[in-house]
Amino acid sequence: MADRAGAALTRPVDAPGDGELLPQVRIRHWGRVVAGLAVLAVLGLLFQAISRGDIDYASIPALLTQDVILEGLVDTIVLAVVAQAGAIVLGTIVALMRTSANPVLRWVSWAYIWVFRGLPVLLQILLWYNIALVFPTFSIPIPFTDAYLLDQPANVIMTGFLAALLGLGLNESAYMAEIVRAGLTSVDRGQTEAAKSIGMSPAKVLSRVVLPQAMRVIIPPTGNDFINMLKGTSIASVIGFTELIHAANALSSRSLAVMETLLAVAVWYMVVVSVANVGQYYLERHYNASIRPTGTRGSVWAKVGGSLRTPPFMRSSR
Amino acid sequence: MSAAVGEGVAQGEVLVRARGLRKHYGSLEVLRGVDLTVRRGQVVVLLGASGAGKSTLLRCVNHLEAADGGEIWVDGVPIGFRHDGDRLHELREKDVARQRAEIGMVFQRFNLFPHRTVLANVTEGPVQVRGVPRREAEAYARELLERVGLGDKVDTYPDRLSGGQQQRVAIARALAMRPKLLLFDEPTSALDPELVGEVLAVMTELAREGMTMIVVTHEISFAREVADHVVFMAGGVVVEEGPPEQVIGAPQHERTRAFLARVTA
Repeated sequence: MADRAGAALTRPVDAPGDGELLPQVRIRHWGRVVAGLAVLAVLGLLFQAISRGDIDYASIPALLTQDVILEGLVDTIVLAVVAQAGAIVLGTIVALMRTSANPVLRWVSWAYIWVFRGLPVLLQILLWYNIALVFPTFSIPIPFTDAYLLDQPANVIMTGFLAALLGLGLNESAYMAEIVRAGLTSVDRGQTEAAKSIGMSPAKVLSRVVLPQAMRVIIPPTGNDFINMLKGTSIASVIGFTELIHAANALSSRSLAVMETLLAVAVWYMVVVSVANVGQYYLERHYNASIRPTGTRGSVWAKVGGSLRTPPFMRSSR
Repeated sequence: MSAAVGEGVAQGEVLVRARGLRKHYGSLEVLRGVDLTVRRGQVVVLLGASGAGKSTLLRCVNHLEAADGGEIWVDGVPIGFRHDGDRLHELREKDVARQRAEIGMVFQRFNLFPHRTVLANVTEGPVQVRGVPRREAEAYARELLERVGLGDKVDTYPDRLSGGQQQRVAIARALAMRPKLLLFDEPTSALDPELVGEVLAVMTELAREGMTMIVVTHEISFAREVADHVVFMAGGVVVEEGPPEQVIGAPQHERTRAFLARVTA
């Protein structure tokens, strides 16, 4: 300060920006307080209303583990996982056809998406389920012999599970095709060119360079679709497939505890969806980590530690 | 090595010969009958304004673009085709890939694989395409990265590197395939001015070691000092070519003079 004394004399002492650093008064976020109080009030009212409802809450935990409900839960999960897995495989194939240089394949894949995305899922399930009306038997003859690879009445083959699987899976595969296509086109063309320039065959270009980078774009909407699929299996209750909703109906038609059973089923849906959410989070982190790394390739623990810390852009938004 | 043939500074036998190359996008003719000869060990620089067809010509050499007419022979092999008697049979992409493995390319925008480390970028070609054992490929990759001055960056991901460093990795990636020929497509155009020098230094060193190179660039001083042969293109044709002291030092054509006046101004 001593050597500044001369300069200070030439200017008024209280010129703006001179002197000590001034204390700063931060904005008070009153909106947050008001919103918080409002939410608490609404929740309180809601809780009061619910507690007065004519529901036997105590019976719900027991309902959760009823055999029928657990069977429905397993069927729901199996149907959703198999249908989604099939849709991912089929959708990837259709997406590759759609981006192919072969005009016939492009046209076929376009038509495929047009049909399976265009028709309502319920309609597709009903069409598959009732296929015995038009094709009473399914038979695949082995050429040049009298033997059959498959020769069964359609009613035996087309179970509720298969009809639901085909309806849900094929419909979803059309959506997956579009998701995968979006992922493929999101990868910079320079990546393909660089891969080609080191002599990679088209298959290698796809599997080593394009698909790994496309995953970043493919995974979030796929996770979204899978959660939709988990809930969408409830449509299969229409054809008598014992997924959760059908199980709940079967149970409550005997016990008459309709709301209690539905709430028990709701709990299971939330549990399953939450588990799927967690899975998606880890999958996303895995593919983002290889694209946006923390710098050098450290140990697994360093990586985990790095990703657990809040990213900078989240810290700055308070 | 055969003796010098014809004009120009001839290092050796012909490695690249393009004849009557034609290419159009819709109604736009990008190449209108281009001939190009590159001898083994030569550095050929392609000069010209944007849209002159330099990059397209370069991309035809490794068949990233398929020419509509004309032929390109690299080391006695017709690129994109199989030579059978008196016919050229178009190759499938899988077989073109085998031809490309012999020709390295360095891009304006580096195009490193962002999901792989620097080392993995460099070993990707040898391991995946040539089937070189990983340990052997990694040893050679480390050697190459050392040569381009990035021996300490092997485990880094590309997005942590400066543009100049990325481009040097890209050069190492191309060299890892032990190519007969290196193509450079404006390798310094996307770089900050202060980073251009480090990339040009690596290229100059490669040229000195006898690597055959075709370089599209706007760096006139590089062309003057390093090139054996300069080709000036405009409007899809070769306007003028020869040793740098002739094409850059004493250009014969008005278009060459106008271009040089603009880029050296």
